[in-house]
Amino acid sequence: MSKRLFAVLSLLVIASVLAACGGGGATEAPATEAPATEAPMTEAPATEAGPVGTLKIVSSLPMTGSSLTQTQTIVNAMQLRLEQANYSACGGKYTLEYEAWDDASAALGKWDPAVETENANKAAADPAIVAYLGTFNSGAAKLSIPILNAAGPLVMISPANTNPGLTKADKDLPGVTDSYYPTGTRSYARVVAADDIQGKVAANFVKSLGATTVYILDDQELYGKGVADVFEATAKEIGLTVVGHEGIDPKAADYKALMTKISTSNAGGPPDAIYVGMVVDNNASQLLKDKVAIMGDNETVKFVGPDGIQTQAFIDGAGADVAEGVYASVAGVPLSELPDSGKQFVKDYEAKFGPLTEPYAVYGYEAMNVALRAIEDVCAAGGDPTDRAAINAAVFAIKDFAGALGTWSFDANGDTSLTDMTFYQVKGGKYESVGTFK
Amino acid sequence: MESIKKKINLRRLGTLAITLYIVFLIGPIAGLDVPAIAAAIKANPLQLVQFLIIGISNGAIIAIIALGYTMVYGIIELINFAHGDVYMIGVFTSLTVLSVTGTLDSKDPVKIILGLILALVIAVAFCAALNASIERLAYRRLRNAPRLAPLISAIGMSFIVENVGLMWAAQAWLVPSFGTTGGASQKVFPDMIGALFKATGFNGGDVNLFASTDIALRLTAKDVLVIVLAVALMIGLYLFVQRTTLGKAMRATAQNRDAAKMLGINIDWVITATFLIGGGLAGAAGLMAGLYNNTAWWFMGFRAGLQSFTAAVLGGIGNITGAMLGGFLIGLLASFSDGYLNARWTNAWVFATLVLILLFRPTGLLGEQTGQKA
Repeated sequence: MSKRLFAVLSLLVIASVLAACGGGGATEAPATEAPATEAPMTEAPATEAGPVGTLKIVSSLPMTGSSLTQTQTIVNAMQLRLEQANYSACGGKYTLEYEAWDDASAALGKWDPAVETENANKAAADPAIVAYLGTFNSGAAKLSIPILNAAGPLVMISPANTNPGLTKADKDLPGVTDSYYPTGTRSYARVVAADDIQGKVAANFVKSLGATTVYILDDQELYGKGVADVFEATAKEIGLTVVGHEGIDPKAADYKALMTKISTSNAGGPPDAIYVGMVVDNNASQLLKDKVAIMGDNETVKFVGPDGIQTQAFIDGAGADVAEGVYASVAGVPLSELPDSGKQFVKDYEAKFGPLTEPYAVYGYEAMNVALRAIEDVCAAGGDPTDRAAINAAVFAIKDFAGALGTWSFDANGDTSLTDMTFYQVKGGKYESVGTFK
Repeated sequence: MESIKKKINLRRLGTLAITLYIVFLIGPIAGLDVPAIAAAIKANPLQLVQFLIIGISNGAIIAIIALGYTMVYGIIELINFAHGDVYMIGVFTSLTVLSVTGTLDSKDPVKIILGLILALVIAVAFCAALNASIERLAYRRLRNAPRLAPLISAIGMSFIVENVGLMWAAQAWLVPSFGTTGGASQKVFPDMIGALFKATGFNGGDVNLFASTDIALRLTAKDVLVIVLAVALMIGLYLFVQRTTLGKAMRATAQNRDAAKMLGINIDWVITATFLIGGGLAGAAGLMAGLYNNTAWWFMGFRAGLQSFTAAVLGGIGNITGAMLGGFLIGLLASFSDGYLNARWTNAWVFATLVLILLFRPTGLLGEQTGQKA
């Protein structure tokens, strides 16, 4: 009897531990009391009696793993935008619902192809969903774009994907692959500038630091390898010597042997700089630690990376003294130089969630901004906002949009007209802006 | 008779063909460029020694974890998937002890050394207890169930322990250096050995023992510590299993559980002791890895577990000497592949070697040592 009791008790303990862990990330918007009716909107009388329908917006971001540091701020920002809209659209005719989906799995500790595919299929099958905000990782976007493209198309707005191949058709760009749009209609837009710009600016930046030789490492993902490839192509164009370009094992215990090799790769000595195309989930902190242990601080051999490592989690993982001097680029301008609407966002965000240091929150806010704007535009034109194709067309029609990032437009590919890149350097355990480049 | 001989010859030929295929066709793609490697070694022969040092240090940590896998498999034929995660808990336990005792910020060499010893003792004790409770909770009741049941239960325990690590890494009140970025991100395990050298001023405060010489070699005190501690633990375990009564009981239980029971051996206690020792070793490996790689991460047990399990299979599962050999072999392979081949292909090379060795020696390098099947 007592053994039974023991077993039951231990199960309870385990269950509560699991429940506590599960509560880490995804928070759902408060469910509304409004019944999700599918009544034809054309005949619905527009009275003040209350909402006549529900529009659902979902986000699909990695919320298990190191990226949570960044993605949690994105989700917070999206919720903030919805709260400002009172979770209602089209003058109260529609109730907005939001769900933050996780596309990572505990088994991988980062975004999981199986989970992202499942999310996309789930969204495609739910007629109430009118916008899919995501993904965070370009590799994940590659999987869900074709699925959502065939489902309406259901528009996808990414706050963070930067791989150029997702939108651009220029075969000369490194990383550009086949078309992801089976229906022929574009249905994927992003509010962040792509890596054909980021990689190019980064190569010029490394040269401006006085480096002549550079070693490139990437995490073998679509995003990491993509930005590293653009960097390599530009570096060669502008006269930097690329000593080597290798993919790393993102789960290795250490990189001491690799760093030892690099330390003598440049005619017996170390290169002037190392460029890493990777996200923080892929062991970026460990890579930096071993680099510093073997080749010295980041003044001697510069360590430069893209937006994937521009997060506090990267500095905390490596230790402030080890990370001192690392450079990372992010699209856009620093938070302090945002236009007034952007500054207002930062103020509102910090009032609700505490200090904001992560760069992607404002992009999450802008992505939600775009989704809401498209819904309002469809309503204003007398259309049906539950019609996915209409919402998609409205997103692509956005021009001279005065958002939190400034005034910008989408081009025909779904890319933003904003092309600023800001470089940050770790100083005293925090990323600080060192300048904005084009 | 003739046909059997022919079959064996054909199989030999087949294996040879696969080997040649891997080496000559896939090899060049995966960075196996023999002239380039020869040139690299000739240009910088000292670097070969360097890769050897790195490989042995990494291998030592893998070997210590592999011992836990192989002992448990030897005795109850269960792959304890949670073992790698127990090692991860070892990292967090030692980091927490170092933080709580104030060792992390200490400049006093005596305090650092005492703190490290305390961290070792507590990590070993805690992980031993954790591993034994996992056995008590999740495996004991399933001991006579079909083989798959405890295996699934082991995978479940692995997830639970990983999640405990995830929560642990979020407790910044316990270890301030965890920061405010939540439990999911990698945490820094401060370089205590470096701090110790700085505090004493020994060797000019540099952990690299060759720092003051002209030899361009990097043998750090961390490497020495890891290797010495690992070898000491291995010898200790070997003597324990071969020379003590409990060790003899373990070997008897591994050979035939029922017969051992008939001879009056307390099976439950022997199995608990096996889990205690395995867990303790994982705890020690946790501290070693923390000091060597300076990282604490809730997910680090997964890869460590995979590599260690591979090491155990490579050496011959159930075989303690084999696990040590397998661990060192994997560490060296990874180091040389990173150094002379292409880092992109390191895992491919490690597992290709495993496949090749198992093709020629299906029971591992030194042979399996598990129970005789009735």
